[in-house]
Amino acid sequence: MSDYRIHGATGEWEVVIGLEVHAQVVSNAKLFSGAATAFGAEPNSQVSLVDAAMPGMLPVLNGECVRQAVRTGMAINAQINAWSRFDRKNYFYPDLPQGYQISQLYHPIVGEGEIEIELEGGATAKVGVERIHLEQDAGKMLHDQHPSMSYVDLNRSGVALMEIVSKPDMRSPEEAGAYVRKLRSILRYVGSCDGNMEQGSMRADVNVSVRKPGQPFGTRTETKNVNSVRFIMAAIEYEANRQVEVLEDGGTIVQETRLFDPDKGETRSLRSKEEAHDYRYFPDPDLLPVELSDAFLAECRESLPELPDAKRARYQDGLGLSAYAANVLTAEVETARWFEQLLAATGEEHAQRAANWVTSDLFGALNRLGRTIEDSPVSAAQAAELLTLTADGTLSGSLAKQVFEIMLETGQDPGAIVEERGLKQTSDTGAIEAVIAGILAANPGQLEQYRGGKEQLFGFFVGQTMKAMQGKANPAVVNELLKKALG
Amino acid sequence: MSVDTATVRHIAKLARIAVSDEEVAALEPELNNILGWIEQLQEVDVTGVEPMTAVIPNQLRLRDDVVNDGNKRDDVLANAPNAEHGFFAVPKVIE
Amino acid sequence: MSDLTDLTVAAIRDGVRDGAFSAREVATAFNANVEKGRALNAYVVETPDHALAAADAADAARASGDLKPLSGVPLGIKDLFATKGVQTTAGSNMLGGFEPVYESTVSGKLFEAGAGMLGKLNMDEFAMGSSNETSAYGPVISPWRRNDGGNAPLAPGGSSGGSASAVAARLCPGATGTDTGGSIRQPAAFVGISGIKPTYGRCSRWGVVAFASSLDQAGPMARDVRDCAILLEAMSGFDAKDSTSLNMPVPNWEAALSGDIRGKKIGIPKEYRIEGVPAEIDAVWQQGIERMRDAGAEIVEVSLPHTKYALPTYYIIAPAEASSNLARYDGVRYGKRSPGEGGIDGMYRATRHDGFGKEVKRRIMIGTYVLSAGFYDAYFNQAQKVRTLIARDFQKVFEQVDLILTPTAPSAAFALGDKTSDPLAMYLNDVFAVPASLAGLPAMSVPAGLDGQGLPLGLQLIGRAFDEQGVLDAGLALEERSTFTHRAEAWW
Repeated sequence: MSDYRIHGATGEWEVVIGLEVHAQVVSNAKLFSGAATAFGAEPNSQVSLVDAAMPGMLPVLNGECVRQAVRTGMAINAQINAWSRFDRKNYFYPDLPQGYQISQLYHPIVGEGEIEIELEGGATAKVGVERIHLEQDAGKMLHDQHPSMSYVDLNRSGVALMEIVSKPDMRSPEEAGAYVRKLRSILRYVGSCDGNMEQGSMRADVNVSVRKPGQPFGTRTETKNVNSVRFIMAAIEYEANRQVEVLEDGGTIVQETRLFDPDKGETRSLRSKEEAHDYRYFPDPDLLPVELSDAFLAECRESLPELPDAKRARYQDGLGLSAYAANVLTAEVETARWFEQLLAATGEEHAQRAANWVTSDLFGALNRLGRTIEDSPVSAAQAAELLTLTADGTLSGSLAKQVFEIMLETGQDPGAIVEERGLKQTSDTGAIEAVIAGILAANPGQLEQYRGGKEQLFGFFVGQTMKAMQGKANPAVVNELLKKALG
Repeated sequence: MSVDTATVRHIAKLARIAVSDEEVAALEPELNNILGWIEQLQEVDVTGVEPMTAVIPNQLRLRDDVVNDGNKRDDVLANAPNAEHGFFAVPKVIE
Repeated sequence: MSDLTDLTVAAIRDGVRDGAFSAREVATAFNANVEKGRALNAYVVETPDHALAAADAADAARASGDLKPLSGVPLGIKDLFATKGVQTTAGSNMLGGFEPVYESTVSGKLFEAGAGMLGKLNMDEFAMGSSNETSAYGPVISPWRRNDGGNAPLAPGGSSGGSASAVAARLCPGATGTDTGGSIRQPAAFVGISGIKPTYGRCSRWGVVAFASSLDQAGPMARDVRDCAILLEAMSGFDAKDSTSLNMPVPNWEAALSGDIRGKKIGIPKEYRIEGVPAEIDAVWQQGIERMRDAGAEIVEVSLPHTKYALPTYYIIAPAEASSNLARYDGVRYGKRSPGEGGIDGMYRATRHDGFGKEVKRRIMIGTYVLSAGFYDAYFNQAQKVRTLIARDFQKVFEQVDLILTPTAPSAAFALGDKTSDPLAMYLNDVFAVPASLAGLPAMSVPAGLDGQGLPLGLQLIGRAFDEQGVLDAGLALEERSTFTHRAEAWW
């Protein structure tokens, strides 16, 4: 795969990366209780007695979370385990009310799968997924509210997470970044996770080791809870360089948990080395094995949308878009959705024009305005109208740009703008001929020169005519009539 | 298999139970006595036997994805040894 | 009207219905007995007002013709069941003062059926014990005494020792118990009453403080088999809040109850004849066999080859599950907190050191050990495999027979303090009870006679999964022939 190397004093080092991505499952209620999952509620307001682990409380599995995990597995062509089971992972922490996290160690719901990532220069690579399992999120702790106390909020306690464990298949920060972006894209297409890393809906534990090319894997460290693509890449880069430095100084890498400090761009050891973790996993006796029927699996499969890889191929092969445009338009589900709404209105025969317009005009404008396509001031329907007005000759290219600017500002429909402001392009030959006649009369010198053979002056007459017509003349008609008039 | 005092302390640490020297001294023979007795299970031939998963045949039911619980902060905090500003309060955890 | 407390659940129900007496009279009489019986230490909380309120509701219901199945019946509730607004401690300092904001499904069903609550019954801490001596509130004392005149206080058995003592001493006509490895059956046998552990999943575990989730089952303890049928019917039923709850209708056990067991095949497992068990136990068992035969049943010798491994299997699985189930008692959200030293970990360790008693800590330690790195396969997984074999033994035997008859316990009640210094000796008291627990089968103890010291002995009937009816019917047949009318003389 990648030829990314760390150039150490003793030679080149290869970086080996595996990611455990925790993705919050999109569901109304928690994995094992009926409390809400919404973000940002008052502390401890979205907590059931089950989530607070009151004595005698019992978990009941939310079917939607199972469905979402299965659909996600199907989206990465993974093995779906029709028989899976929940295990308890035992440890003590104030944000873990039961004293154990209900997870799936021995029999995860999803087995091996694969994700294709796109790298710079159009290359692709495949990253293996080891498994996806369902588990409970922990609560949240606040350490800065009181001098000697920490505060515990259990709103997140019991929210469903999918842990998506990759194989150690990545070899550079770029590949890891591409993997996370692609995974995020798939999750959002499937609708199983909103991918919102700022709110913590998606975060990654980053496993990094280094080795001399061709050597066996080195000892890895795990950097926990990194919550943006940029930080993931930075953590890898820092950690890989740190490990090379340690090894080249004659040291050894300790298998340990580390934390990424985004302010310093550094990782640091989180837990003391001698504290061995012993999670004492065993099957949760409060729950029965999860057995999925064929009908359930069929429903999951049928409910899957067209996924980014398939969509990209269709855009290229079916719509004739460039690889670049197909890539850009399918990377995010919202972009593709918007583009397809646009196409539905313009007709697929206009796909290339529509794609060009979206990737240049629309993206340019959104960029400038700092907006995403979801809160674009111009709707797909309005954009379709604009493209149609251009296609039927009502608007010239430059008029279309003017109208688009007004649309961005006012939110008006393009037809109304054209109407109101008289921006319609004219192909009225009589009117254009009259203007041309006037321009020729006003510029006898240039006319003389042109007719004497200085043909570059044709552009001058076009410019003058367009200027006189305030840009509204159909350029093709102007060309034609000018040629005739100039003889 | 038998446990020594270091193992007793290690288990107590995993279980988050403080143990005094006297308690460790008392626990060591007690646990060894029990564990030694449990040891007889090793003689059972379990070749091809699946571990028990559900003692009575039963199907796991899946709950509908409906919010029908929560919104009971007072109930959740009612028995808390220390609750402040709607949070459970615990001795400061240093991360 | 002190004789009201001599009535069975059925008699109270019928008497209230027929107007022979009022529910309030019944509740008042039992409240008085509860107070008089404090020396037994059977109740950790008394709730006379709850019993009276339910009684008044029952009397009003009779007037309006809306009687419910248990209208007028006051009950004792084991302290393992969460009772809304009433302290629920599971016999532990860890939950001292804990007042649930919720009602367990089982106690809720009983109250829904018209029953009242006389109070919360003492028990071994977190249901871990066979003598009630591990309770943080002190041991329950059995109403029974040996006929040697020594007056040694006897253990009522455990863990439902408070339930057993209270029913035997007429401090309630019936009580809830829970049974993880014999905690209903062994104490019922020790005090000469009946008790049934239904098929795993019949009674919801929701709101019952967990000991070992794959084994815990609630069940009734009462004076006779009919009362057990009545109470079990009210306690059972599907509960969507418990994933292991059985989604099947609750039969009308009482209506179908019949001592006619002609033609039934009753298995006598040879592995239950074990060395060191007093001859009196064997004698009572033999007598039980004769009575079954007399009732028209066919006696068949059967084999449950893995019986001897049941106890060690149980003492791996139950502590393992318990070590995890009891991790929630950490001083953060409810119950005891000891500040300790050294931050959060110090708080955990001090809280769990101070809050749990010796036996609970011992079992948490065993459970933690058998699950710890490197031992999972050798201990826990091995035990779950042996458990499969034990369940399979029963399945095979139930292809041949309808029921199994065994002694309930290998001894009569022992004196308080007799076994506290030797945990293993205490564990061995559940040797006959544990196999049915591991297999999730319905099993019942009924009184069968007295030993040479004048103490009750019980016999156990084990049935096929879901066949509580068969167990109850055979229990009734035994009861009819045992004519066990002995009761402890009131000394308290």
